[in-house]
Amino acid sequence: MKKIIKLEGLCCANCAAKIEEGVKKLSGVREASLSFMTQRLTIEAEDGQEEAVVEGAKAIAHKIEPEAEFKVLR
Amino acid sequence: MIKKQKRMVFRLTVSGVLFIGALVLEKRSPFAWIFFILAYLWAGYDIPLKAFRNIRGGQVFDENFLMTVATFGAIVVGSLEEAVAVMLFYQIGELFNDYAVNKSRKSIKELMDINPEYANLLSQGVEKQVDPYEVEVGDTIVIRPGERVPLDGVILKGYSSMDTKALTGETMPVEVSEGDCVVSGSINLNGVLEVQTTRLFDDSTVAKILELVENASSRKARAETFITRFARVYTPIVVILALILAIVPPILQGGGWGVWVYRACSFLVVSCPCALVISVPLSFFGGLGAASKNGILLKGSNYLEAMAGLDTVVFDKTGTLTNGRFQVSDVAPVHGTREELLELAALGEYHSNHPIALSVREAYGREIDPARIGSVEEIPGHGICAKVEAGGSWHDLYIGNQKLMERQQVTIDTPSAILGTTLYVADKGEYLGAVVISDTVRQDVPAAIEGLRGEGVRRLVMLTGDKEEVGKIVAEKLGLDQVYGNLLPGDKVSRVESLLDEKPPGRTLAYVGDGINDAPVLARADIGIAMGGIGSDAAVEAADVVIMDDEPSKLVDTIRIARKTMGIVRQNIIFAIGVKVLVLILVALGYASMWAAVFGDVGVSVLAILNAIRALSYKKRQQRGKVFH
Repeated sequence: MKKIIKLEGLCCANCAAKIEEGVKKLSGVREASLSFMTQRLTIEAEDGQEEAVVEGAKAIAHKIEPEAEFKVLR
Repeated sequence: MIKKQKRMVFRLTVSGVLFIGALVLEKRSPFAWIFFILAYLWAGYDIPLKAFRNIRGGQVFDENFLMTVATFGAIVVGSLEEAVAVMLFYQIGELFNDYAVNKSRKSIKELMDINPEYANLLSQGVEKQVDPYEVEVGDTIVIRPGERVPLDGVILKGYSSMDTKALTGETMPVEVSEGDCVVSGSINLNGVLEVQTTRLFDDSTVAKILELVENASSRKARAETFITRFARVYTPIVVILALILAIVPPILQGGGWGVWVYRACSFLVVSCPCALVISVPLSFFGGLGAASKNGILLKGSNYLEAMAGLDTVVFDKTGTLTNGRFQVSDVAPVHGTREELLELAALGEYHSNHPIALSVREAYGREIDPARIGSVEEIPGHGICAKVEAGGSWHDLYIGNQKLMERQQVTIDTPSAILGTTLYVADKGEYLGAVVISDTVRQDVPAAIEGLRGEGVRRLVMLTGDKEEVGKIVAEKLGLDQVYGNLLPGDKVSRVESLLDEKPPGRTLAYVGDGINDAPVLARADIGIAMGGIGSDAAVEAADVVIMDDEPSKLVDTIRIARKTMGIVRQNIIFAIGVKVLVLILVALGYASMWAAVFGDVGVSVLAILNAIRALSYKKRQQRGKVFH
């Protein structure tokens, strides 16, 4: 399942890279990509683990860029 | 400017005034340090706080921490002036970053602002404004002048001109009337239209395009991954060097701590990675934006990278280089005029729905009175025999291929056309002449070929399912290098595979097709390019690059945009890393102060961003295309 998340207020390109790196290492994540410019985090998660993955991603995003708002689009 | 940015401008102005005051007072008053400290706090009180918060969250080497240590260090060794400058300019740089990024995000958003907000649904004579999602296939919607077409459909009533600029980059409006298709996302310019929808909103052109554009950024170019990887090692290395610089020389020399701590702090200022990282995605984003402004959609910045190194372009013939529409290209009567022969052929083919018959009638172009046609007999595999009235008398017409003429024992004295299909016409046993029907080359193709050669594309190849001889004629006319004919869809894949092996390493191969039946080839090529994406889901799904309209010359624009973007990316990477390394060396040797370090951080990032913004603008060059007949 593909999850798409918007990180509104993401304002540091290096942090974006760190968040992407962190999310990629989460278990249950097949592929992840965070575009700094569109502020979209796209995660390809294993079936059935979507919720855990989104929670994990949220924690990582909050740790690295606390200012950015975490919104699950799809 | 958003609120946060306005507040920052105010803070930085106050800090700047205090800083100038402090500089003026420095030589005259013992209390100048108070002004320095105030200026520092106004500019960057939040940085140490953020650093502290992030350390607690487990994030140590972030830029807040680096800036805090650098400025505290500078204050400790008595370089107040530099400490304030570092903080002030760092914040100015951040503000500029923020502003530029927001601006660029906004301009792309406006560019892609094709999402229709509502649809006027017509049911039982009453019009109601509804969400486009609620409209079903087969519903009737009303589109007024100035409104955006919410769903793809067919016009039931009315005529108008449509502005498709947001979709195709084409500024000329398209005239439409009853029976024509309208594409969601285009704007109705002047007439009221009643449209029957043919697709749900989710399947409509506009939804597909938006999805493509929004996902485009998830496929990253190598340059983008390189710079984030580089940043990951760069910062720790510089920080470790700073530590060594602060400790080792003073111990060896037995003193001079102030000088070395100052130099180490300068190192920390240059060690911030953000400036380096930001300019690359910003450039790619601009490049993708410039492309979509011209009706070219790329599914990722990696394809910009690939387009810049294009070596081989493989074209599908029908629907890409040629219109894929049959037209009468030659009429060769034995006696009489071309019009007379065409009229007879059109009369004879009046009842047929075969594409060839259609193109004959289209070429004739006049109304036909059905009373002029008597009995018509179809002779399968040969053609037709029809009784028609022309010139005041009835004729027994035989229209068809060579076999039909042989059967009727008619001698043909027109050479058969290699390109296209020849229809022979005979009146009983008398040969009247031939009508040649063939596919036509797209108007824009010669200009595209010339442009591609000009951009250094080495090899142009054509693949076709048609007869090889037919392909050869088209290829020769256009100046292509190679042709492979008689190909089945599967053969196209293996052809492309062998062409992939033949290209020089590091260069790329693009396959250009219309997206119909060539999904496997589009996927196999380095870059799969689909033409005429507007209204064709298949093309949008299968290809990496979608050219929204039917102009192959957009390929040339794509290469130019890609090259420009890659140039900017390269300049930024080399410039940023080069300046940073140079500043580090000069600082270590004592030839540069912390001011140089500020330039190495903020100055570089501002210049790189200004350069990156250039990627968004692309001016189409005038083509000097030859016209082919």
